[in-house]
Amino acid sequence: MREAAVVSTPNPLQRIPGVAIVLVLLVALFSVIAPGFLSVANLSNVLVQSTILTMLALPMTLIIMTEGLDLSMGAVLTLTSLCVAIVSLATKSMLLGLGAGLLVGAAFGVANGWLVAILGIPPFVATLGTLGMAQGLSLIVSDGQSVVGIPHSVRDIYSATLLGIPVPIVMALVTYAAFHGLLYHTRFGTYIFALGGNREALRYAGLSPNKLLIAVYAIGGAMAGIAGLLMTARMNSGHPTAGLGLEFDAIAAVAVGGTSFERGNGWLLGTLLGVLSVGVLRNGLNLISLPSSVQVASVGVLVIVALFLDGLRSRA
Amino acid sequence: MTDITKETIMPPRSFLSQDAIQVFYRLLAALLICAVLAVLSDSFLSLGNILNVLRQASLTFFIASGLTLVVLTAGLDLSVGANVALSACIAGTVIHKTGSPALGILTGLACGGVVGLLNGVMVTALRIPSFIATYGMLWVLNGLTYWYMAGETLHGFPAGFRQIGSGYLFGLPIPVYLLLVFLGIGTFFAQRTIWGQEIYAIGANPVAARLSGIPVARRLLLVYTVSGIMAGLASIIFLSRLNSAEADIGESLTLPAIAAVLIGGTSLFGGVGTVFGTFIGALILTLVLNGMNLLSVSANWQPLVTGIIVILAVWLDMKTRRRAQ
Repeated sequence: MREAAVVSTPNPLQRIPGVAIVLVLLVALFSVIAPGFLSVANLSNVLVQSTILTMLALPMTLIIMTEGLDLSMGAVLTLTSLCVAIVSLATKSMLLGLGAGLLVGAAFGVANGWLVAILGIPPFVATLGTLGMAQGLSLIVSDGQSVVGIPHSVRDIYSATLLGIPVPIVMALVTYAAFHGLLYHTRFGTYIFALGGNREALRYAGLSPNKLLIAVYAIGGAMAGIAGLLMTARMNSGHPTAGLGLEFDAIAAVAVGGTSFERGNGWLLGTLLGVLSVGVLRNGLNLISLPSSVQVASVGVLVIVALFLDGLRSRA
Repeated sequence: MTDITKETIMPPRSFLSQDAIQVFYRLLAALLICAVLAVLSDSFLSLGNILNVLRQASLTFFIASGLTLVVLTAGLDLSVGANVALSACIAGTVIHKTGSPALGILTGLACGGVVGLLNGVMVTALRIPSFIATYGMLWVLNGLTYWYMAGETLHGFPAGFRQIGSGYLFGLPIPVYLLLVFLGIGTFFAQRTIWGQEIYAIGANPVAARLSGIPVARRLLLVYTVSGIMAGLASIIFLSRLNSAEADIGESLTLPAIAAVLIGGTSLFGGVGTVFGTFIGALILTLVLNGMNLLSVSANWQPLVTGIIVILAVWLDMKTRRRAQ
């Protein structure tokens, strides 16, 4: 009995088909119907535009693995993006701006984790409440206006390159490597699997599931802070509605990527492919001149289909 | 020792039911807020402001009453606000094209109902957790509405139609009468019909409900459809009150509706709560937001305050439930 596996081992081979097929189908579809889709410029554009989503979808994967959810991520990203803009405008320092964004994001993450773990409020309602709070704070600190005139040091992050690779992509790759290492090669990662799969086992092992849960949500908030820097750099301003709804794309990427909402199973590479699927879908629909409203609706359909398939798999 | 055992087995007899006591506390809270606002602001007690509060509360109540039934089954409908927006835009178009308010009202209700039914199908047949299914629906509806409206605003409806949202009868706004009607229907349905009682049973223990022969899937389809139809009704009131329709009117409606349900004492875990409680919840929320308005707090603060209220309400609910156990 003592050797019963705490970790429900993900089986990548079983999962690769689902999300990879979705991605290949989407790429094939848009190569045919969207002129210019397969150009190098456009593809690298898809990659750069997917970086902010990657920063949200990776921590969202961890949160969903704990049978949680973070609906506040988009609103917190909006708030941290505004913090980056306001602080870097006032101090002329990109690092201080990033620090402010990280601090505010992590604070919201800790608050989410505290509400979920200590008070026991269901995650979707707790984070819906903090969504309202972050959205309200965004409106209050910006007074509903855009924050413009931010220093070049912030803006340049989005356009700079490192060894010929755009910096946002480098940041996303580093983030992926960090999350991969964290989830699969540290004890903390094993505990995350246990948080979703077998919380009791953690308690018997003398660990505090509550503290671990707060840490997972805090990581989500901090990542929203880093993504906030990219968002401000990309828009060259802070805007009080910039990131609203982005949590939905993140949830979509996680769902399409094969992470289960009910069984504590997660697969980071799947999430990465899910991010690319959402990115390709939006980019392709954009190229065939469908308005962003249709893109939003089609991501919604993508999520519902992915969850339906997930439900089928869990019953199979 | 014996006393404690006795109490745990047989709770003290009380004249009022547990539900009635909960509602009573909430009425007290509402009165307290009124007293505070009456002291802080001269204009709070004016007839115009009180009627305004009632009218605002009725709009929140229409959405929240259908949502109450969903939450009673331990589900959630996050798509109500987006449903209001789509229904309003479609109903508005029908009225413009045909010139018939009756046809527009029917279309609005039907549109809301179909969306609700789809939510129900996702939850029952596809077995997707309700909060994520209706969250997906939220974005599908948002996308459809923005695409359909393409940045346009529908404006100007027949005077008769506008009476529904902005007219008066014997000195009271017409939405207040509608509120009383639907409060009566909702309370009767939930407390006095077998279907209503079955909904409570499903929320309290879905497995026991299924084993005792309640058609769980059909009742769930019913509550999600009713929630959709009530969103459709709210869309009609909005349309006639604002005299215009835009794609973004639903964005600030979902959180207040959920807040009203939770303040009203309906438990997120299902099986506990009343439609009347939701009415008091809508009233309390409206009083708070109205008070902020009277004290010239910027409207930018409203989402922050509503978010805090949602979390406080759930926390209080869980605390009282833990104590009851």
